[in-house]
Amino acid sequence: MSEGIVVQGLWKRFGSFDAVKDVGFEAEDGKITALLGPSGSGKSTVLRMIAGLERPDAGRIWVGGEEQTGKSVQERRFGFVFQHYALFRHMTVSRNVAFGLSVRKEPKAAQRSRVNELLELVGLAPFASRYPDQLSGGQRQRVALARALAPQPRLLLLDEPFGALDARVRQELRRWLDDLHRELGVTSLLVTHDQDEALELANEVVVMHQGRVEQIGTADEIYNQPVTPFVAGFVGAANIINGYVSAGRIRVADGVPADAGHLPEGEKAQAYVRSHDIRLTTAVGNGAVSADVERVTNMGWTSKIHLRLPDGQVLIAQLPNEEVDWIRPGARVYAGLRDAKIFSADSTEDAATDSRPAEVSEAAG
Amino acid sequence: MSTTAGRTPRLSAGTRRRLVHGGLIAATFGYVGALVVAPLIGIAVAALKPGLSAWRTVFADPYARHAYLLTGYITVQALLVTTVLGVVVSLVLSRDRFPGKAVVSALVDLPLAVSPVVVGLAAVLLFGLGGWFEPWFAARNIQILFAVPSMVLVTIFISIPFVIREVAPLLQELGTEEEQAARTLGASQLQTFFRITLPNIRWGLLYGIALSTARAIGEVGAVLIVSGTIAGQTETSTLYILRAFDEGQDNSGYVVALTLAMVSIVMLFGIEFFRRRQEKGHSA
Repeated sequence: MSEGIVVQGLWKRFGSFDAVKDVGFEAEDGKITALLGPSGSGKSTVLRMIAGLERPDAGRIWVGGEEQTGKSVQERRFGFVFQHYALFRHMTVSRNVAFGLSVRKEPKAAQRSRVNELLELVGLAPFASRYPDQLSGGQRQRVALARALAPQPRLLLLDEPFGALDARVRQELRRWLDDLHRELGVTSLLVTHDQDEALELANEVVVMHQGRVEQIGTADEIYNQPVTPFVAGFVGAANIINGYVSAGRIRVADGVPADAGHLPEGEKAQAYVRSHDIRLTTAVGNGAVSADVERVTNMGWTSKIHLRLPDGQVLIAQLPNEEVDWIRPGARVYAGLRDAKIFSADSTEDAATDSRPAEVSEAAG
Repeated sequence: MSTTAGRTPRLSAGTRRRLVHGGLIAATFGYVGALVVAPLIGIAVAALKPGLSAWRTVFADPYARHAYLLTGYITVQALLVTTVLGVVVSLVLSRDRFPGKAVVSALVDLPLAVSPVVVGLAAVLLFGLGGWFEPWFAARNIQILFAVPSMVLVTIFISIPFVIREVAPLLQELGTEEEQAARTLGASQLQTFFRITLPNIRWGLLYGIALSTARAIGEVGAVLIVSGTIAGQTETSTLYILRAFDEGQDNSGYVVALTLAMVSIVMLFGIEFFRRRQEKGHSA
C-alpha cells in the first residue's frame, strides 16, 4: 500500500444532499496533490473527512499505510490550514504556533526553540508577540501554516489557503508555499478552485465535480488531455461551440475546424476551445469558419475579440496584440482552431435532452 | 425655474442634521437621567439624609444582617448553577442541531417574559402539598417550599436567561473554526473548551454573570411567594425592604435598597472597566 494518502469509496451525505459520491484517489508521499473543483464540488468535504473533522458515511482512508477511518481528529494529528486562517485571536503569534506542542505537554524549552525555528522559516520572527488582528491576511496565513507544521504532522491539509487573499498576495504566497514544500517535503493535499494554483503547485491533480472525481492526472494531463467536457471547461476552455460530426471533422456553420474522428458520423458534438487557441486569418482554409468581428477590447498585451459565427454562435478569442492589430470591428475574418477538445453533445450536461436527428447526418454526407 | 428659487430658504442640510442628532442625544440623556439616574439619586439622598444613625440601626439589626447573608448565599448558589448551565445551554443552542431547537430557544427567554409571581406560583404548584414533586422530597424529609432550596430554584430560573442571551450569540458569531483548528493540533475536547472557547467568550460570560447576579440580588416576586417571608429565616434583603416599608421603617428600607443598588452598579462598571483595559492592552 502507498505511503501517501489512499482514499477509497468515500461518501458523505448532508440531509438529502450527497456532497461526496464514491470518491477514491491516491496521493503520493512527500508531494503536493491538489483537489480541484468549483465550489460545491465536495472537495473541501473530502479534505475534512481526511482530517477527521467530518465522519464519512462510507469509505476508507489510509495515510502512511495506516488506516485512519475510525480515528478521531485528535488522534490523526494532521496539520490543517483553513481558508479564513482560524488563528486563536486571544493568543499571540508565538502562542498560536506553540499550541500544538503545548497541548501535548512538550517541555517549555523545546516548545520555544521549535516556535522560533518555525517563525524564522515563515519569516515572521519579528511578529512573535503580535496578536492575529494586528497582522495582514498574508501574514496570518503564514502563521496558520507555521502553527499547523509545528507538531511535525505527516500530512498537511490545506483548505483553499489563499482563497481569502487578494491576487498579488496570493501569487506571492503560492510561490512561497512551493519553496517551503521543496524544503520540508511534507505530504500535502491542497483544496482549491483556482486551476492556476493547482497546476502550478501540484504534482498531481484530482478534479472534482458534483461530488465525484472527474479526472486524476498530472497538471499536463489535466490541461492537455481532459477526459470529460467538465474538465475541459474548468481548466480554461472558455468557448463551447456546437456542431456535428461530418467526415471525421466537427462541422460548425461553413467550416470544419477540428478533427472529430473519435465520434460516430453525424453525432452532435461540442468543441471546447481556449480563447488563445483560436487563429484568425483573412483567407479561407484549414476548415476555418467565417466570422464577423463584433467588438475588440484591449486587455493590455492581449486583445479580446468577440466573433459572431454565421449560425449565430459567439466565439471569444484572446490573442497577443501584435497578432491581431489588423482586426477591426465589423470585419469578416476566418477562425481556425489550433487546439480543441471535441465531446459528444450527449455527454455534456446542457445537451442531455437532445438525441441525434436523422437529417443532420444526411446533411453531413 | 431658476436653481436658487428651488432651494429651501430656511435651514441648510448640515444644520438640520445637527439639530436632529442633538435632539436624539438629548432624548437619550433625558431617558437615562429621568428613569435611571434620578431614582438612584433619590434613593441615595433618602438613605443618606438621616445620617449615620440609620446605617447603624440597620447593621445592628440581626434580621437585616441575616437578610444580607441570605441574599448573598442564594445569589452565590444560583450563580454557580446559572454559569455552568448557562454555558452548556448556550453551547447546545449555538452549536447543535436538533428537532424542536427553535422552541427550546424561545422557551429560554420565557423567564424574562413571565411575571416572577407566576414563576413563584408554579414552584408552589410543583413542590407544595399535592404538587408533582412534593411526595418524593417529603419522603426524604427535604423541605423545599418555604425554605432556601425553593428560593434558590426560582432565582436560578429567573436569572439564567441573562447568561444565555449574552453567551449564545457570541458563540454563534465565533463559529467553530478555531475549535476545529485546536482539535487538528491535538487538543482534547476539554482542552479545546478551556483554552479556546472559554477565553473567547469570557467577557460576554462575565457580563452575563453580572447581569444575572444583579437580577438575582434584586429578585422579589417569585421569592416572596415561595419563601413564606419568615424574618430571620427566609427573608432576603429585598423582602426585608418590603417589610421595612410595611412597618414604617422607611429609613432602613432606603439604606438596604442603596446597598443593593451599589453592589449591582459596582459589578457592572467593574466588568466594563476590565473589559476595556483588556481590549486596549491587546490591540493598541
